[in-house]
Amino acid sequence: MSTTPIPASTSHYPAAPASQKSEPHTLSVLVDNEPGVLARVIGLFSGRGYNIDSLTVSETEHEKHVSRITIVTRGTPMVIEQIKNQLERLIPIHRVIDVTLTGQAIEHELALIKVQGTGDQRAHALRIANDFDARVVDDTTESFVFEISGATEKIERCVAALLPVGLIEVSRSGIVAITRGVAEM
Amino acid sequence: MKMEMTGAEMVLEALKDQGVEHLFGYPGGAVLPIYDEIFKQKQIKHILVRHEQGAVHAAEGYSRSTGKVGCVLVTSGPGATNAVTGLADALMDSIPIVCITGQVPTHLIGNDAFQECDTVGITRPATKHNYLVKNVDDLPRVLHEAFYVAANGRPGPVVVDIPKDVQFAKGMYERPKNAEHKTYRPRLKGDPDKIRAAVELIAKAKRPVFYTGGGIINAGASELLREFVRLTGYPITSTLMGLGSYPASDRQWLGMLGMHGTYEANWAMHDCDVMICLGARFDDRITGRVDAFSPGSKKIHVDIDASSINKNVHVDIGIVGDCANVITDMLAVWRQMNAQPDKAALAGWWKQIETWRARKSLSYRKSDDIIKPQYAIQRLYELTRDKDVYITTEVGQHQMWAAQFFKFEDPRRWMTSGGLGTMGYGLPAAVGVQMAHPGSLVIDIAGEASVQMTMQEMSTAAQYHLPIKIFILNNQYMGMVRQWQELLHGGRYSESYSESLPDFVKLAEAYRGVGIRCEKPADLDAAILEMINVDKPVIFDCMVDQNENCYPMIPSGRPHNEMILGDSGENIEDAISEEGKMLV
Repeated sequence: MSTTPIPASTSHYPAAPASQKSEPHTLSVLVDNEPGVLARVIGLFSGRGYNIDSLTVSETEHEKHVSRITIVTRGTPMVIEQIKNQLERLIPIHRVIDVTLTGQAIEHELALIKVQGTGDQRAHALRIANDFDARVVDDTTESFVFEISGATEKIERCVAALLPVGLIEVSRSGIVAITRGVAEM
Repeated sequence: MKMEMTGAEMVLEALKDQGVEHLFGYPGGAVLPIYDEIFKQKQIKHILVRHEQGAVHAAEGYSRSTGKVGCVLVTSGPGATNAVTGLADALMDSIPIVCITGQVPTHLIGNDAFQECDTVGITRPATKHNYLVKNVDDLPRVLHEAFYVAANGRPGPVVVDIPKDVQFAKGMYERPKNAEHKTYRPRLKGDPDKIRAAVELIAKAKRPVFYTGGGIINAGASELLREFVRLTGYPITSTLMGLGSYPASDRQWLGMLGMHGTYEANWAMHDCDVMICLGARFDDRITGRVDAFSPGSKKIHVDIDASSINKNVHVDIGIVGDCANVITDMLAVWRQMNAQPDKAALAGWWKQIETWRARKSLSYRKSDDIIKPQYAIQRLYELTRDKDVYITTEVGQHQMWAAQFFKFEDPRRWMTSGGLGTMGYGLPAAVGVQMAHPGSLVIDIAGEASVQMTMQEMSTAAQYHLPIKIFILNNQYMGMVRQWQELLHGGRYSESYSESLPDFVKLAEAYRGVGIRCEKPADLDAAILEMINVDKPVIFDCMVDQNENCYPMIPSGRPHNEMILGDSGENIEDAISEEGKMLV
């Protein structure tokens, strides 16, 4: 019988095929809002060695006690499929939707940005904030807090722009996502 | 109809409603109200173990040999932490267990109270699901749900943690209503299109092989599997967990596959053109080196757990469903298509398989002076084969020899720790099996190192008059550790010698059992027959060749077609690359 020549690797364990590239995916996870459910999800990621780039969670349907967890993770398509299947195996999980695969989902986050400064620097900061449609939510003689929402990339640019004019602190929500159009997830 | 009762009463009531007859456990402060209820009734029999790990393994043995959910009751803190090894074992091997743990009163949770631990936190990754019940009104639902979750879909262990004040509190008990869960709905029926595609592929195969696992046993699909395998005429191999689902005496049976599988099974896997994986999970002990695993085959994988599909090995057709359902559907499609296997191709394939089989990979050098461990298992098998026998094992060389040399004809006769590889599993598992099958012959094939990890359960066996037979292959080494040290670490036997062993015969007597020692091959048959006929727990100290290694073996980092045979003369240290030595 013929045997195929064996490549140089000697790993006993599966390695990601070289042809597959690691890519970010956003997963929407609908769960029963019960104690410990977030620990289950996070424990699964740490226990199985998956990455979490960002994670948000909040109850979205109060009567049904259903929460939505939005996770941005990364991996090869095989790993992403594995993450989805592993999540769906958890008992209190209703559904897992890979919104990246649904295409054109809205993926936004919110940031609160504190900027310190007086005089010209202060005016400059305010101009930048205006350019990014950021809102002033707190205002003292020597500081602003701006609120900005939108795509991660927009927030990154805003933060970068404010950095030289007195940015001292940023708090970000992480990504929340929803599909476009009338269809529910 | 609702009835008012205390939480502790609810526990007993729910167990009865779930059909529980045996409960393995150990009392303690945080479960005293439940033990008080046990005292007041006769319907459920409690088996007092000597260590909580033993309780879970006993429940596993009970469950695997009966198909029922195994039930465990332990106290808070150390009671729960001691049970963790058993729970992790049940999770890896998909054994349905409900484990009830006591917890400190709700107002003390988080205060580092006496015998407090974060049981749900600790057991979360070691269970299929777990619950902390803080309100007595939730208790009936949670208990019924626990049984549903443990037994349905891919089975597994479920922990229900009940604080002591909840056990005392009064609430309304409700009997189990509908057998459904609000979110957990395992997929049982396979996708019809995929099933059809799979059957078409199977029918056209020229070099097919069935590769089956524990999922067949869990699904109760053994008869269906036999029908399908005989209908096709294809060869079949199985994982450690699946032994017994297909009769080992049948011509189509190739023996177990994997690291210590037969030559013919592993070569058939390597050279096949269609692999039909039913209820197995491409574990690393099966695949060997993944990038060289069965390189030329189309792979079909049927599993009830979607996360098992494409986890380790990419498959061409992945079908999520219960094996019994899927094989039934496959049989229907096969008949409806009037499929005919390619007789000529199959004949050639079988001819090839026979040449591999002729290699007699399980052969070993016989001896008249010293008992070879393989010979001991062979004789044990031949002298018990006409009996109603159940086998449990510990973990190590003896386990592999048992898998190779004990031939199973039926499912649920073989209880072993496959996934987690828990030394100390076999003795308590035998206790559980004997409890479920009082008149049967239950043998724990053991090693002298493993069995000492849970030896205390001999006391349980004595207490309940369970005539389990502990058949120790005593080579005075942690044999598999010693074998790996020989292969990978230049024969430096670091800490693997079983120093200061107890006198097992006296030990058996100390536990009010019977001890038998055998040192010569000529005495073996008589000694085994003596063991079988004793109606008490027996420790059989079988002194075997200390230097025997377990072959065939696929060395770490090697594919299926590069296995080492016992008589190959290959220098084994050279057979394993530097990278291979890094692997487990």
